[in-house]
Order: sequence, then C-alpha cells, then structure tokens
Amino acid sequence: MNLLTVSGSPHVHGGNSTKKIMFGVIYAMIPALLVSVYFFGLGAIKVTLVAVLACVFFEWVIQKYLIKGPSTIHDGSAIVSGILLAFNVPSNLPIWIIIIGALVTIGVAKMSFGGVGKNPFNPALVGRVFLLLSFPVQMTSWPKPAVLFSGLADAVTGPTALGHLKEEIGRGRTVTDVMENGTKMIVDGQEVLYEIPQYMDLFLGNMGGSLGEMSAIALVLGGIYMLFRKIISWHIPVTYIGSVVVFTGILWAIDPEAYVNPAFHLITGGLMLGAIFMATDMVSSPMSNKGQLIFGLGCGVLTVIIRVWGAYPEGVSFAILIMNAFVPLINNGLKPKRFGEVVKNG
Amino acid sequence: MSVLKTFKIGGVHPPECKYSAGEAIKALELPKQVTIPIAQSLGAPSKAVVAKGDEVKVGQLIAKGEAFISSNIHSSVSGKVLKLDEVLDQSGYRRPCIIINVDGDEWDENIDRSTELKKDITATKEEIIKKIQEMGIVGLGGATFPSHVKLMVPDGKKAEVLVINGVECEPYLTADHRLMLEMADEMVIGIQILMKGLDVKRAIVGVENNKPDVIEHLNNRVKDYPGIEVCALKVQYPQGGEKQLIDAAIGRQVPSGKLPIEVGAVVNNVGTAFAVYEAVQKNKPLIDRVVTVTGKNLKETGNFMVRIGTSVNELIEKVGGLPEDTAKVVSGGPMMGKALNSTDVPVVKGTSGILTFEEGEAKRVETTNCIRCAKCITVCPMGLEPVLIAQYAGNELYENVEAERAMDCIECGSCSYTCPAGQPLLDYIRLGKYKVGEIIRNRSKK
Ligand code: SF4
Ligand code: SF4
Repeated sequence: MNLLTVSGSPHVHGGNSTKKIMFGVIYAMIPALLVSVYFFGLGAIKVTLVAVLACVFFEWVIQKYLIKGPSTIHDGSAIVSGILLAFNVPSNLPIWIIIIGALVTIGVAKMSFGGVGKNPFNPALVGRVFLLLSFPVQMTSWPKPAVLFSGLADAVTGPTALGHLKEEIGRGRTVTDVMENGTKMIVDGQEVLYEIPQYMDLFLGNMGGSLGEMSAIALVLGGIYMLFRKIISWHIPVTYIGSVVVFTGILWAIDPEAYVNPAFHLITGGLMLGAIFMATDMVSSPMSNKGQLIFGLGCGVLTVIIRVWGAYPEGVSFAILIMNAFVPLINNGLKPKRFGEVVKNG
Repeated sequence: MSVLKTFKIGGVHPPECKYSAGEAIKALELPKQVTIPIAQSLGAPSKAVVAKGDEVKVGQLIAKGEAFISSNIHSSVSGKVLKLDEVLDQSGYRRPCIIINVDGDEWDENIDRSTELKKDITATKEEIIKKIQEMGIVGLGGATFPSHVKLMVPDGKKAEVLVINGVECEPYLTADHRLMLEMADEMVIGIQILMKGLDVKRAIVGVENNKPDVIEHLNNRVKDYPGIEVCALKVQYPQGGEKQLIDAAIGRQVPSGKLPIEVGAVVNNVGTAFAVYEAVQKNKPLIDRVVTVTGKNLKETGNFMVRIGTSVNELIEKVGGLPEDTAKVVSGGPMMGKALNSTDVPVVKGTSGILTFEEGEAKRVETTNCIRCAKCITVCPMGLEPVLIAQYAGNELYENVEAERAMDCIECGSCSYTCPAGQPLLDYIRLGKYKVGEIIRNRSKK
C-alpha cells in the first residue's frame, strides 16, 4: 500500500510562477533593448550587461552570506532590476558608477527589506535616483544616438529633448522658437546648433536620453505583450499616460508658447518606460484595480508638476517613488468590490 | 450567439480533464461488506436504530436523524449487521459506523424497483417534504445539507426560483454530466417535485457550455414541462458555488452571511433532483449514487452507480487497481476535494468522485515570497483579499481575519491555485476561519 499524501485543497496549481512572470517582463523589454543597441551600439550592451551581472551578483552574495537563505537569483527578478536600471541611465555611464547603482538597487532597495516582494519602492528607480543625486554630471550627459556600432568614441553628448526645452523656456524663449530655430551651443569649444529631434525621431527613439526610454513604440510593444500575458493590467499605464496628456494638454491650451504640447511629453523623458515598466512593478504598486487607477493618476500629475515646475526636467522617477510611498495607504483605503456588496435584484 | 452568462467577480479556468465524460454509468457489483457512517450530512449525527446481528433489507432505516438539521440513513444492502463500531472514514478520523455483511440483494417491499417513468406527481407539498426527509435525501453536490430543510422556507421569506446546479465546475468529475444525459427525464420530474415542494413556478438548470450534449438533450426534455429552463453558462470555476451560480443564472447576489433564500432562490444539485424523483415517485431512499473514478495515471476511468458504504478500494479495483506511482487519492474534485489518507474508507452520500494523482502531480509547488501581484485578489469569486487574510491568520491576528470577511470565503481554492509564489493561501485562510468561528461562538455564548 502506497503512503498517500494528505494536504488541504486545492490539489492542483495553475502553474504560474514568479520566475515565469519575471521572464515575461524580460521578454517584454527586448524590443526596447534592441532599439537602444541600434542607436547607442556597444555602449548600450556594455551598460546593460554590467547592470544585470552586478545586480545578480549582489543578490547572490547578500542572500548567501548576509541573509543565509536559499539562492533567489533564478527567479529572474534581479535580471529585471538590472535591465531596468540600465534603461534608466545614459549609455556612456562609467562602469564603476553602474556597479554602485546596482549595489543600491539590490542591496539597499531590495534585499534590505527581505528580497523579492518585500521592497516598498521600485529598486531600479531607487538606484537611478541615488545615482542622479550622487553623480549628476555623469548621469545627465547623454550621448547622441549614432547608428549601430559606429563606435563609442564618436558619440557626441547632447541634452535630452525634454531637459533642453525646459532650460530654454526657463531662459524666456517660446516653445516655437526653441523647436523651430534650435539653439546655439558651445560644445568642446565649438559652436554647434542643437535642434530638438523631429517627432518621428522621438517616437522611434532617435534622440538623446537614457538607454531604455528611447523608443516609445518599442516600449508600447513590450507593454502590449505584458498585457496579453496578464503580467500587468491596463489600469496604471492608461491612467498614468492619460493624466499626463490631460494635464499637459490643459497647460498647453492655456499658453502653447510657455508649455509644450502633450504629444511631446508623451514620447520624451522616459514617460513610456515609467508608465509601462516601472510604475506597473507589481511589488511596489497597489493591489486593487481602483487603487491602481489612483496610483496611475498620482504618478501622472506628479510627473507633470515636477517636469513643469520642479528642479528636474524629468519627473517620472520621482513621481513613481513618491507614489510608491502611498501604496500601503491606497491598499488600506481601497478594498476590492466584495461579492454581494451591491445587491442588484432584477 | 448571445453572450453566455457567468458570475461577475473573479474565477479561474483550470484544465478540465473530463476523461470519463464518455463513460456511461455502470452499476458496481455488490460488495461483500459495507461500512455506513452514521453521520453523513451536515448537522447533528443520526442515531443508530439497528443492533449487532439484526437482519436488514435494502432501503431499511438503520439510523434516524432526530434533530431538525440531520438526516435518516438506510441500509444500502441486504444482510446481517456485523457490528456498530468506530471506523476510519473519509475525514481521516474514526467515526461511528454500521458495518453490514452482504447477503443476497433483498429490497424493502415498499420500494418500486421498476424502471418505468412515473410522471404524475400526486404527493402534496407537505408530503413531498416529509418524503424527502424520510428517505434521507441530502445535497449530493458535496455539501450534504439535508434537502428537506432547504424546502422549508423560513417565515417572512419567499422562494421565487429554484436553481438547479448542473454546472459540475470541478475538473475531472463527470458524475453529474452522465446523470443529466442518462437520467434526464427522472431528473426533470425531480425538479418538478422540488418546485411543488417549494411552491415556485420557475426553475433554471445551470449547465456550463463545455457540455453541449447535455444542454441540447435537456432543452429537448424540458419542453414538455412548464417553468423549467436550461441556462447555458460560460465555463468558469467556481460556478458551482451556490452564490456564484445564483449570480450567474439570475443575476442576484446573496449578501454576506445570508442564505440564497434572501434573494428568493433555492439551489439544488442535479443528483439531488434525481434522488428526489426516486424518493417521492419510487419510494426509494438514498442508498446509492453516481461516483466518478478518474486520474491521469489510471488505465481506465468511469462513472459508477455505487451503493453507499462500499469501500473506495473496490471502486479503484474496478478500473484496474491503484497504480504503483499513486501518491495522492482525493475524494471529490481537485479544487475542493479531500485528500484521503487511506483508500479503505467507505463511499458516502457526499462522494462525487475518486481522483488519483501520481507523484509529480501530488507535490505542491515550492513556496516563495509573495510578490504582491494581486492575482489572488483578482480571482477570488467572493471579492476578498486572500493574501491579506492569509497574512493576518499567519500572524494570529484573528480580529483582522474576521474584519476582512474571511467567513465569506467559500474555500474554492482559486487563490492558492493561481498564486505564482505558491503561497498556501487557503491553508492559512481555513485556519483563520476556524479560529474566527470559535471566537464567534464564544461571543454568542456570552
Ligand atoms: S497571488 Fe500570491 S504572490 Fe500574488 S499577491 Fe496573492 S499571495 Fe502574493
Ligand atoms: S478560497 Fe476563499 S479566499 Fe481563496 S479564492 Fe476562494 S473564496 Fe476567495
């Protein structure tokens, strides 16, 4: 007679796993990764590889020697954090800075809270913001995209479209002036004319900026894949992007020369990256759909406030981190609709 | 095609694995001995009315349900009472049972054993209820709630519609499926009897659309009977849950902590409707039922008409014996069934299926950190937050467990089934419910 296992129901499992979810996110990031390699060449590969390896290594070391628990690196979450970190930095960032970023991402923002699932803030964003505050110069010198493998050395650094526009508006110029006439700048002792890339270029990713924020279309593609695999739901990306469009649209309607149009906001400054990949991080976003709507809205409004009136041109990281802090509150305040709550008898 | 109805909140769709759907119901040979537990329904245990050495016939009363919520138990065989003893049953505990050695197959002479369909319902409402109680009919969907109690609508409430559960949403199980195909006429008459007993003019049979043969067959059958409609439902687990089925079929949600009658509905399973037909029209007590025997590792699968008290072993022998690699045997479906610690236990009124798992299937997935994906919340058909309740229960914060409406949990298992981190959510929730139950009982004592 065999010995029978006795355990509580259910006796079957759906087969989903943390690993499957994490690798789903990784697959979703591949289009954006390819675009960044296309525009930034080896630099993009280098930054991504270093960030991923460092994140995985730090997680392994901390889990083994400090937490002394079973290894968790196989679940893929460290790889996701690594790629997201890489997506949020310029492609010419020195290796040692990337490694520091990875240490903050994994060591401080993730493992110190107990590892995967326990972190209140999005780890890659914590790493990114830490680097932005500690190494402002390196973190904001963006190589201009040069088409595939034209070599690292040639890359010219230029500002991000959003950062540049904000600076020039700050100087009293109008949006049309900056957009149409460009700006004379002194780069390496030479006067050059910097022009804001065309919308099509912005949309495809042909602009200066962090690795992964480049191509809106590639990011949307990844988002659709994650929606399809039910890794994310539409609530956060749609409310996030929607509220940015509405808010900047109102400002633009008030004064189109002081505030740039919503389309520009939409495809620059890592909004797509943030709304699709960072704000939707299941660990650090609200659980209920209602909560996610509020969260997305909060992210959108904060992003615009920071972009338009704050000290930084790109508000996405800060906005998401601030909203992360509200997640426990949102979770407590917004319960899912209980069965039988609304008794509609008909 | 119109949009199929289903319940509104949560739900999952596990692989259906209905291997035995094509197997006609076969009568299992008479066992040599039956072990009939005295407590087979929800409510108070019944009291044995036979003693060691007594000769009994098929259908003879052997234990009487004396409380309001309790049920009569009849002998499923003819022979001699060997003893009254505490025997291991499906619960895994020793419980009082009546053990009968089988001798021949002599039936109580009041039972009409002909197969002739008896359409005319001559019994009055009161007679129907009395008969159902007398014949020991209980809910055959698994909950084994005494059926006569369901027909007694409390004062101030009114039954408007009878909902018949033909959903069989548990994977693997096909007993109801076969019954609806093979005994449709009897079942439909049983539904009419229940309608008369409840004094309602309308009955809805809910069937998921993965059983198109049943839907077609029943639609043909109910034509001759006014007031009965067949409602095709979109496949979704746990549609067989009472509250979910009412929501799906008539669009009403039973409030928290309330019974279906609150929204004018009474739910009965198709197996129960069949048993009611036999009880009222044929004077036959509940002494047998259809049981599905299935499993990926079995050579054969099947649906058998089994006398209550037959050992699970004999059922498994019938399909070629228990394979070597069997690691788990479940009574019921894979989502809500109960793992048996021995196959030497009797089939009872609530046994809908016997399901075997080989080692790989029996093992639970590894548990890792919750990643707060909220999938458990999305699938919970009661709109609860399983992750939260489980955490509170794990930390022994039972007041919070109660405040999070853990008592609404129907233990469908959708949350554990879905969790990517392999969290044993329902285990914790059950523990929490148990403790909260104790707390509530203590409170009402004061
Ligand atoms: S499904 Fe599992 S991992 Fe996801 S929130 Fe619920 S308990 Fe956590
Ligand atoms: S077992 Fe309970 S908590 Fe879990 S999904 Fe079902 S009803 Fe919800």
